[in-house]
Amino acid sequence: MIIADAVISLIVLVGAFFLFVGSLGLAKLPDLMRRLHGPTKATTLGIGSMLIGSMLYFWAVEGNPSIHEPLITLFLVLTAPVTAQMIAKAHILRGGRAQEGLPGTGRPVGWATLDAVEADERSEVTRTPPNPRA
Amino acid sequence: MARLFPQPILSIVITLVWVLLANDISAGTVVLGIILGWAIPRLTSRYWPDRPRIRQPFTVLEYLGIVLKDIAVSNVQVAYWVLFRRGDTLRSQYITVPLDLTTAEAVTVLAGTITLTPGTVSADLSADGRSLLVHCLETHDPAATVAQIKERYERRLKEIFE
Repeated sequence: MIIADAVISLIVLVGAFFLFVGSLGLAKLPDLMRRLHGPTKATTLGIGSMLIGSMLYFWAVEGNPSIHEPLITLFLVLTAPVTAQMIAKAHILRGGRAQEGLPGTGRPVGWATLDAVEADERSEVTRTPPNPRA
Repeated sequence: MARLFPQPILSIVITLVWVLLANDISAGTVVLGIILGWAIPRLTSRYWPDRPRIRQPFTVLEYLGIVLKDIAVSNVQVAYWVLFRRGDTLRSQYITVPLDLTTAEAVTVLAGTITLTPGTVSADLSADGRSLLVHCLETHDPAATVAQIKERYERRLKEIFE
């Protein structure tokens, strides 16, 4: 039991450390795009460790396996990049220095955020073929 | 089977999510999960006209392994930069990643992966959907970062989806 407790504590501490660093990055880094890096990454491993710790605790100490945790990981992995991208797009759309620093697209059209009309008309992304039985 | 489950992947995901939400693996939950996995895709089929195709299921596992490993590495890397570097000395810049991928699902997965892995956040897509705007926290060689993204993730996604 003491070994299980020690291992779980260690994992939870590692998680807490990365969560702290993620928040620190959000507070410390100088501009919005750099700040985005802290919460999108450090938190993934931080939350991940916390959840592994939680699963181990319920399985080894309480003897009552818990399988909620993979779902939390799944939803986090799905939502974090979308949130980050929406914040980045809002930042670019607000203009000023954010737009000046952008590189070219290497394509005949601009970035979707600044070129919304073209984005609808000129999209070359193919959708998968329609389902014949739908 | 195809008539019964028009969206097999969606059905599996719904069943799995139901069982995990219930936090209990018993015959009752699994049966109810399978019923939901059958009913929900049928009732909502109007909203899912397309069916994403996964061509190489085993490449998916390999891809997941690589991404998980990269997430762990990137966390340590970013933590080091946050703790021991002054923010304004980080050489951050935008890079443009030209895409070979053309399907919406593959581009979405690539953009998500880039955000979760070492020092990069995907910020925008070009209006025609063929190149990706990526912000690097620290890079001294943008071309190498682009090459790494294309070789490590995009090539495998192309095998999986296209």
